[in-house]
Amino acid sequence: MTLAPVIVGAGPAGIRAAQILAKTGLRPIVIDEAARVGGQIYRQQPDGFSRTARTLYGFEHRKARAVHETANALIASRQIDFRPSTLVWDADDHHLYVSSAGRHDSIPYDRLILATGATDRVLPFNGWTLPGVYTLGGAQIALKYQGCAIGRQVVLTGTGPLLYLVAYQYCKAGANVATVLDTSPFPKPTQGIRAFVADARLMAKGVYYMAWLRSHGVPLVHGVTAFEASGSDRVEAIKWRQSNEATAQQHVLPCDAIACGFGLRSENQLASLLGCEFVFDEQDRAWQPRVGADGESSRANIYLAGDGARIGGADMAELTGQQCAYRLLQDLNLDYDAKQAKRVTKKIQRGRHTRLLIDNMFAPPVSWLDQADDALVVCRCEEICVGDVRRMLHEDPRSGLNRMKALSRVGMGRCQGRMCGAGAAMLLAHEQALRLSGVERLRSQPPVKPLRIGETPCEP
Amino acid sequence: MRTLNTDVLVVGAGIVGASAAYFLARQGRRVLLCDAGQSGTKASGVNFGGVRRQGRPLAQMPLAARSHALWGSLSALIGIDGEYIRSGHLKIAFNEQDMRRLEAYRDTVTSCGLDLRLLDAQQVRLHYPWLGTGIAGASLCPEDGHANPRLVSPALAWAAQQAGARLMEHCRITNSRYDGRNFLSETADGQRIESRFLVNTAGAWAGAIAQIFKEPVPLTEIYPQMGVTEPLRAIMNVVVGVQGGGLYARQVARGNIIFGGSRARSGEAGFARPSHQSISMLLTRLAGLIPDIANASVIRFWSGVEGATPDLNPVLGPSATTPGLFHGFGYSGAGFQVGFASGEVLSQLVETGASAIAIDDFRIDRFAADSGKLQTSLPHAGKRNTDEISISK
Repeated sequence: MTLAPVIVGAGPAGIRAAQILAKTGLRPIVIDEAARVGGQIYRQQPDGFSRTARTLYGFEHRKARAVHETANALIASRQIDFRPSTLVWDADDHHLYVSSAGRHDSIPYDRLILATGATDRVLPFNGWTLPGVYTLGGAQIALKYQGCAIGRQVVLTGTGPLLYLVAYQYCKAGANVATVLDTSPFPKPTQGIRAFVADARLMAKGVYYMAWLRSHGVPLVHGVTAFEASGSDRVEAIKWRQSNEATAQQHVLPCDAIACGFGLRSENQLASLLGCEFVFDEQDRAWQPRVGADGESSRANIYLAGDGARIGGADMAELTGQQCAYRLLQDLNLDYDAKQAKRVTKKIQRGRHTRLLIDNMFAPPVSWLDQADDALVVCRCEEICVGDVRRMLHEDPRSGLNRMKALSRVGMGRCQGRMCGAGAAMLLAHEQALRLSGVERLRSQPPVKPLRIGETPCEP
Repeated sequence: MRTLNTDVLVVGAGIVGASAAYFLARQGRRVLLCDAGQSGTKASGVNFGGVRRQGRPLAQMPLAARSHALWGSLSALIGIDGEYIRSGHLKIAFNEQDMRRLEAYRDTVTSCGLDLRLLDAQQVRLHYPWLGTGIAGASLCPEDGHANPRLVSPALAWAAQQAGARLMEHCRITNSRYDGRNFLSETADGQRIESRFLVNTAGAWAGAIAQIFKEPVPLTEIYPQMGVTEPLRAIMNVVVGVQGGGLYARQVARGNIIFGGSRARSGEAGFARPSHQSISMLLTRLAGLIPDIANASVIRFWSGVEGATPDLNPVLGPSATTPGLFHGFGYSGAGFQVGFASGEVLSQLVETGASAIAIDDFRIDRFAADSGKLQTSLPHAGKRNTDEISISK
């Protein structure tokens, strides 16, 4: 008996993949941690909330609605088997292991599309563990899902296109954005022109956000080299500088909430647990599962779509989701629209090119932790400071990232390196004078996210 | 091709090999301590961390007693405390039959100087109110305890290095032969090592080395299943094991409860992965044993790769085929506590040809069909459930 294809993730990538598979008459299983489809980018508000799509998703409201409506139609017509509120916490060659409504279960599969999405790339800064500090994605979800802002006087910082989008969304929602601090320099005219040529619509939106923010009196500061949150029990102010020289002026601005993000990082733990081959991706500055030309992984029956495989954004997620579905159908020797598949592949190539130009404008800082204080917390779950890691590396100077985890406990806590891994790798690279690509990947262990002990085991 | 010369080549920088290298270096021997990967990453550094004598076969008692003394001076040996605590080890019986097994075991090991205290159900409730119901009684070994293998095992390899041994990590021995006077060994990266003695402490990989010297051993790989919770308030004041096996647990100072039981499965080469049947069973048992933590979360499961023998005793002693070759492996998931003394025994064998501790039950040729000692039956607490044996439970 052939098993239904399984898609992990019901964001734009997972839904578009499901749509194509369903059209062929396959009835894919679609699993998501959330109660409703949409993923992070198109997350839906809870029942009883009545804000319009336009308010929630801005320029992207049509795309968001299209993804939701496609999914809802597939679910209503039983063309897909949707499993909401379900965490896939481990996987092996033939099964996914899930936890749902307090029960453990396993789902067998022959073919698997991983569309597991991304979170913010977190890099530590002084004060980052104070109450009132959020990630940019977290700040956005507070707005989209809970319908509230993270504070009254909000500072948004870090880098990446999300920075300006969140600032715009906060202002539109009536929140007070005190300032936007970007660690990237203001884009050079040549960079801007190239990006315009590649994707005028996308760039126009970016320019619009910035212009709108400026015209509404939100200060946009570029080329910030260091910032820190200060306050006794919670965030009371942000301090920043635009130069690393000792004489550089330090700016201080009172605020009650800070959201920070340095681009996105893929949630690729399932690909790792499944033994997919990983390569260092210079553009994402992280180890990523190797993705073939048609979205296939190094394993014959596993396909990789969306931000979970490579950071590309929502539009790319829709496209790579479709691409994986086409490839899966091809591998099953089923009919598929080869012409459309080719068009999708072309669009993906164009999208990658645009993405490269954008990433170059908003590259996360390379030497963020070079001058870090010994007292800076690098792993918040286990409360490990930079100084602890430096002392450990002094004892064991050739330690790799996995040995560093074993000896220092960085990455051994609740997040299992999902949040602290990027900073830990950056710190190790600096201390050992390595390029980031020279730092090994943290070995993944299940569960992907914490698993409650007392949950009911599945029937044997 | 480069040839390195040394007195002793120790293959495998786990706790046994590192201990052997440490004691040999201290005696002024030139020692090369090789590991195919890094020191303490397969079993010695990733095990449960139980440091117990209770539950071991009688044959291991002298070795365990000597190790107990060495653990007592851990800081002096390795320069860190290794989070070693003599918290006591409580072995729980869930029925009268198991309780009688604990009594019989206590009677057997008393002559070895192991101080075990039997507690009835009421005493267990009084001293360990956090334990679940349905307990018939328990056996407490007050001087047993636990330590952090992640810290202890690498630190012992570094202590050997400080004592003068040369630690060569990522150095896999691919072949070795004895020319009548010396061992000539080859590494995967093209080096040759000439040594007067060869010490085989390669854990799950030791069988292959014994095989080179025509000493086949029925060694199998095992992958004990372990997990750890998020940090919790202080609950456990003792390491817990269960008579008959299936579950063991300890709580570290940070608050995490580390637990294990049953087996994982083999993953990619040299790594093990959890088995899901075992995880479900393990979590159910854990919630039953410590009901207060049913709402806490497990943040990580892991396993290690360990060599096991049919009688669950190690192979420790001289080769039966090759003079100058000594073995120390096959601890069957219980080598963390006895590792220190095993290394010391190996150093004595190299130096004097004799061990101060009785090791005859651990002879390598005991499995050979014609040795007459096949499957030596040893006094042991209760039935030999495979679940019971886990890495240093």
